[in-house]
Amino acid sequence: MTPAPAPDATAAAEATASPDATATSDALAATGSTAAAAPPRLRLATAWLAGCSGCHMSFLDLDELLFVLAERVELVYSPVASDIKTYPEAVDICLVEGAVANTANLELALQLRARTALVISFGDCAVTANVPGLRNLLNREGRGGAAAVLQRSYVDLADGSGRHPHAPGLVPELLDQVWPLHAVIPVDLYLPGCPPSAERIAATLLPLLEGQRPIQAGPAMLRFG
Amino acid sequence: MAALTLRIDGQAVAVPAGSSLLAATRLAGLALPVLCHLDGLTPVGACRLCLVAIEGQSKLQPACTSEALEGQVVATNTAELRELRRMAVELFFAEGNHVCAYCVASGACELQAMAVTLGMDHSRFPYQYPLRDVDASHPLFSLDANRCILCSRCVRVCAELEGAHVWDIAGRGRHCRLVAGLDQPWGEVDACTSCGQCVEACPTGALFHKDDSTAEKHPHPIRALQLRRVHDLPPRPDP
Repeated sequence: MTPAPAPDATAAAEATASPDATATSDALAATGSTAAAAPPRLRLATAWLAGCSGCHMSFLDLDELLFVLAERVELVYSPVASDIKTYPEAVDICLVEGAVANTANLELALQLRARTALVISFGDCAVTANVPGLRNLLNREGRGGAAAVLQRSYVDLADGSGRHPHAPGLVPELLDQVWPLHAVIPVDLYLPGCPPSAERIAATLLPLLEGQRPIQAGPAMLRFG
Repeated sequence: MAALTLRIDGQAVAVPAGSSLLAATRLAGLALPVLCHLDGLTPVGACRLCLVAIEGQSKLQPACTSEALEGQVVATNTAELRELRRMAVELFFAEGNHVCAYCVASGACELQAMAVTLGMDHSRFPYQYPLRDVDASHPLFSLDANRCILCSRCVRVCAELEGAHVWDIAGRGRHCRLVAGLDQPWGEVDACTSCGQCVEACPTGALFHKDDSTAEKHPHPIRALQLRRVHDLPPRPDP
């Protein structure tokens, strides 16, 4: 495949370095070179709530596209790419991995919603509560709450020496129920998958960089699991 | 055989008398989403995904259990129907405990595929987290009721093709559940021939081979139709 003519040196060097580049990276390289001309970089954040970080690993699987992404966006908050602890103001797009399981998750969810234009529910845990949500089975018919979860995990299944953890202020308290993200804040876009593949993440982010809504249809974009 | 003519989505279709609206729709080259329907089994209209609008009738009807009638005007793909179908599949996900991430049927699950077909990117309904059991008492197969959508394909394939009638649906409303025998552990039901047709007919990961782990179930749902054809062959002449 012949890459699109690239006016700037970086894209040209990249094109020669990887002659067998995929169509997606060609598209990204092309958009990267046009964007270098003028518009301000979008402020991108990624957040990690109750999830295994697999979605973030998949984000890192964007591989060489990360370099192109780095040219197009300013990564202002992310557990995998930044050391900033406070969620910043005026964020354009945020990928939110994980369900809402404890008070810290809830606090960050509310904060990022208030400070972000476009919130993306990123992966099955954010979209459905998925595996973290299975502890809701212990909150039987809404009775038992977090205490039932701690009882099961720390006492019932312990070898006899188990006791309830008690460290107020040290670790965030569990919520009685684990929620999908859209149950606690309005969500603008859903990106299912456990984890969503790098291709699916790219197919979501690339149109957004152009100011367009990605087409969320078909198994490549929508299949859960 | 007498034929009759009707209009489906503006298209004139001629079908044999006695055809279902689902069969007529397929003859017109149109696809209707189905989960509880399986060719070769008696239709029951359980999943409500094949609902269609028939001109002159205020209520939507499931195409699988409705007979095609002369002169009918039927719509299968209106905005209202698409929205209701998507709601129905969201309700399936919210009603049970469906976790595609580690399900035995992931990749071959008809519910998972239907969510894609109907454009479900999330469920707008709150997940119910019902308490349901896993029955692993059978030596070859298991039932994980968390993944059961009560389509009753297993009930029908066992009763109609195998003639064993091991399965039934017990209870009402959200307490409905699949039961083996007289609500016994599956492994204790003498009537079960261990033929495995219920596992093949199950659209989700509710019934599965014990050997199968995550995403390892590869069912053959059309086996029911093939077996029905064998049943329906004329008796072999005496040698």
